[in-house]
Amino acid sequence: MTGARSQLFAALVTGPLRHAAGRTVLAVVVIALGVALGLGVTLVNRSAASEVSLAARSLFGLSDLVVQGTGAGFDEALFPVLARLPAVALANPVVDVPVRVVGQQTAVTALGIDFFRAARMQPSIGVDAPRTNLSPLAADAVFLSPAAARDLNLKEGDTLTVQVGLAPVSFQVAGILPAAAYRQRAMVLDIGTAQWRLGQLGKLQRVELRLRSGAATEEVQQQIAALLPPGVTVTTPGAETDEALRLTRAYRSNLTALALVALFTGAFLVHSTQSLAVIRRRREFALLKAMGVSAREQIASTLAGGAIVGSVGALCGVGLGIVIAAAGLNAFGADLGAGYFRGIAPSLKVEWLDVAVFFLLGTAAAIAGTLRPAVAAARVPAALALKAGDIEDPAVRGNTIAGVGLWVLAGGLLLLPAIDGLPLAGYAAIALVLIGAVFLMPAVTRLMLRLLPETRSVPWQIATAHLRGTARQATTSLSAILVSFSLMVAMAVMVTSFRTSLDQWLEKILPADLYLRAGFTSETAFLDADDVSALVALPEVERVDANRFAQLAVAGLNTPLALIARPIKEQDAGRTLWLEAAATNAVPGDAQPVWISEAAADLLSVRSGDAFTGSIGERAVRFSVRGIYRDYERQNGGVVIDHDAYVRLTGDVRANAAWLWLESGADVDALVDRVHERLPGLAEFDVRRPGEIRAITLRIFDRTFAVTYLLEVIAVCIGLAGIAASTSAQVIARRAELGVLRHVGLLRRQVGFMLAAEGGLLGAVGVLAGLVIGAVVSLILIYVVNRQSFHWSMDVYFPWTLLMVLSLSLVAAAALTAVWSGRLALRDDVVRAVKEDW
Amino acid sequence: MLKLKNVRKSFPGPDPGRPRAVLAEVSLSLEPGDYIAIMGESGVGKSTLLNLIAGLDVPDSGDILLEGRNLATLDDDARTLLRRRRMGFVFQAFHLLPHLTVAGNVGLSLALNGIAGREADERIAELLKAVGLDDRRDSFPKELSGGEMQRVAVARALVHRPAVVLADEPTGNLDPESADQVLALLRAQLKRDGSTGILVTHSAVAAATTDRVYLLTRDGLQLQSSAASARPA
Repeated sequence: MTGARSQLFAALVTGPLRHAAGRTVLAVVVIALGVALGLGVTLVNRSAASEVSLAARSLFGLSDLVVQGTGAGFDEALFPVLARLPAVALANPVVDVPVRVVGQQTAVTALGIDFFRAARMQPSIGVDAPRTNLSPLAADAVFLSPAAARDLNLKEGDTLTVQVGLAPVSFQVAGILPAAAYRQRAMVLDIGTAQWRLGQLGKLQRVELRLRSGAATEEVQQQIAALLPPGVTVTTPGAETDEALRLTRAYRSNLTALALVALFTGAFLVHSTQSLAVIRRRREFALLKAMGVSAREQIASTLAGGAIVGSVGALCGVGLGIVIAAAGLNAFGADLGAGYFRGIAPSLKVEWLDVAVFFLLGTAAAIAGTLRPAVAAARVPAALALKAGDIEDPAVRGNTIAGVGLWVLAGGLLLLPAIDGLPLAGYAAIALVLIGAVFLMPAVTRLMLRLLPETRSVPWQIATAHLRGTARQATTSLSAILVSFSLMVAMAVMVTSFRTSLDQWLEKILPADLYLRAGFTSETAFLDADDVSALVALPEVERVDANRFAQLAVAGLNTPLALIARPIKEQDAGRTLWLEAAATNAVPGDAQPVWISEAAADLLSVRSGDAFTGSIGERAVRFSVRGIYRDYERQNGGVVIDHDAYVRLTGDVRANAAWLWLESGADVDALVDRVHERLPGLAEFDVRRPGEIRAITLRIFDRTFAVTYLLEVIAVCIGLAGIAASTSAQVIARRAELGVLRHVGLLRRQVGFMLAAEGGLLGAVGVLAGLVIGAVVSLILIYVVNRQSFHWSMDVYFPWTLLMVLSLSLVAAAALTAVWSGRLALRDDVVRAVKEDW
Repeated sequence: MLKLKNVRKSFPGPDPGRPRAVLAEVSLSLEPGDYIAIMGESGVGKSTLLNLIAGLDVPDSGDILLEGRNLATLDDDARTLLRRRRMGFVFQAFHLLPHLTVAGNVGLSLALNGIAGREADERIAELLKAVGLDDRRDSFPKELSGGEMQRVAVARALVHRPAVVLADEPTGNLDPESADQVLALLRAQLKRDGSTGILVTHSAVAAATTDRVYLLTRDGLQLQSSAASARPA
């Protein structure tokens, strides 16, 4: 390209961007927002995942294999068996139990280790061992990880008191470990001390193994697996780390998908503004074509404009994204308030590959949004467009067949299962539903406009005639409104459905009058048989249901299922569980009846009436699934078993929680005081009324969805910006027409009414279509995406008031923007508007 | 019927505080049925003059009286209503509303003036017949040629029988043959209805179809070719 041609090309690219500076800035802002949210969430997720991975990895040191039991652990007799294996160079036994800090709702991971062996597996412990007067082997010595010291505000020499059963057990902080040793909130103590003082006598939770050089890891793994009792598995540290990440992947993926919605909407907004710009610059394109600018150059100049908007937006978005990520991590933590990553404090890790990907995504979104308008610009019929009085062909070139085809394809995708635990087909189906809806919009718009009533009002007649005549431009504007509003509706319906279902579920599963929980670390904080008897003996108490929380290992599952033992019988299971399905067959003679959560049913691939085998402690047991229940509490699967059966199987009479039914007329406040008198080890917050638990749970729900609400608000703003941009572009393009109307005698307010009617009707068509498509997308979110991500089912509830307010706001915004744009268009004088050469 | 007395108009110039005078002491008096042309160089204020007569702008000083009512004393609504009832416009670029049919465009002024039903249909049919487009009643503007569009514009300007028709370069975008047709049509209809017509044009051929031709200069409006019915005041 010669210098002069380059200059012309540059002028063709930048001129329109400068001419419509407001809309250019808006498109840049929208792309920037999309990139910023996407990158921000990705960086937070990346930092969290990196920290989770490092934390998991730091537990296993230099080990090659890890023999792992459930929370209850396994017999320590297994350790010498493993240590003596010829392929094993070093075996490191570990007691690994969470313990509650007395009086706090905080837990730390207690790691009981053999310091001498552990130092060889975890060199940072030995090399940088702190100097202390206290022997590491002393019965009250613990070392804290830096995270634990920071979170518990403890230093060397301080006392740390934890809860074992309901009794306090105190330790002295002998030192703070170096950061490289353990990254999570951990207290490290001698293994013998841990077994003795934390109630783990004779038990281990893990044995880490380092193999001799030359040993084939997989072969040794198989050899060890054959030696292990039920419920104990052998894995690699890598697999354990992956599992730690898998548990939060669905949440992280959904958050990223939600953040990318803004970018998706941004691309539509760019498409909308560029399409309208092509209509506005019709003559300019025709003139350039007449002067010899080729179609390829024409397309290239339009695309280059899109690329500039995209790259500037993406650049700003990248900077903003890093700021958002840093601020988000600082303010809400690694899980952005959802509570998934308690106990880790990641620092922001900016991966430049992520930055580059989001920069390219932002630029590509803008270019993709410009592609169709660019081709349209190159196809402007020069001879016609250059004629005086040229009128753009208002024919709508929608593609109904393509739209329906995409919907059919989306329907097919909905039948596919999750891919690697992620609802990728569900996301693709949502995108296809939205794109299909955009294809179908022309037909829908025509149908809706045909239904408009006729009146004798001239402004109304002109408005409706204009809308019918400009269906093409109208549908272009509507695509941005449709996409942003339908996603907004979908999120609102999904969140409302979830919240209402959660509220109703809480009411169902909290049938007792008072709930008592001995902390939340089931292996170390518990009520013993005497504690339960003390509760039963209280005169105000009619009945006590003891609950024990344990773990159930199932072959093939990397993470054990939560096992809840409580009094439950087949005939009244539905009174305390939200049953989705119940078995009709009889319990096989060798099986124990259990009820499993939807997540467990999905993970085990079983249905009501089926049987499966699992391990409680080191005992393999066959279970019969008597029903499948809804559970919003345990995302990784729960199994409910009758308490008596559990005690028969395990001999474990401890309880972690107790449900209290009171005598009628009992004074609850007085009873709470008496419970604390009898069981002084309970903290104040260990005893709750059902209403308190509901309130706390819903508060946590709202905190978890705070980021969702924020992203939703941004989607609303982008939707409004889309309406403003497209409406103002259209009105300004009709300057001459408005000028004529003023000439022939339309009063200012009549022009205002006409524009308001046009904007409002256009907004209403977009809102109505958005409500329908949003409802469809919400059903996909509820029945496919959530189900596959979190294994939660929920009932559908429409937030009618919110939807009505949002709909009216959007329609009003569209009407007001049209009126405002009209005032702007005719601000100077109406004569100029009708001048051919103005 | 239409009187302009010492009308002055200026606009803000490039230097703040030094307005650029466009019209200086313009006076004119027209009677019903008068049809005049105003010529002049580009930028001399022809469109500004039409603008003031239409009540779309107000003079800095002087009076513009249409049927005895001083436009400068009326508010925007009153001027708009006056324009709706008593004025018609023909533009260089036709400016038909693209989404109304030919009949819809012609009937726009009738609808605005509350004339509907049979009376409106008859007037539209009459005007369309007069401009030779009675067979294009249901066509949309994009289906018409430039000449046909301008004939529709003429019909729209006359259908409500205005007192004054203002035509700004109505043949500027037309070929000579179409231009001749439109000019002849405009003159015939104005004369038939007894409306006053003001044609702003650069074309001497177009100007020659009117009764009188005025030249607008920086010094004011000067009669170029005289006739009894056009009297500079």
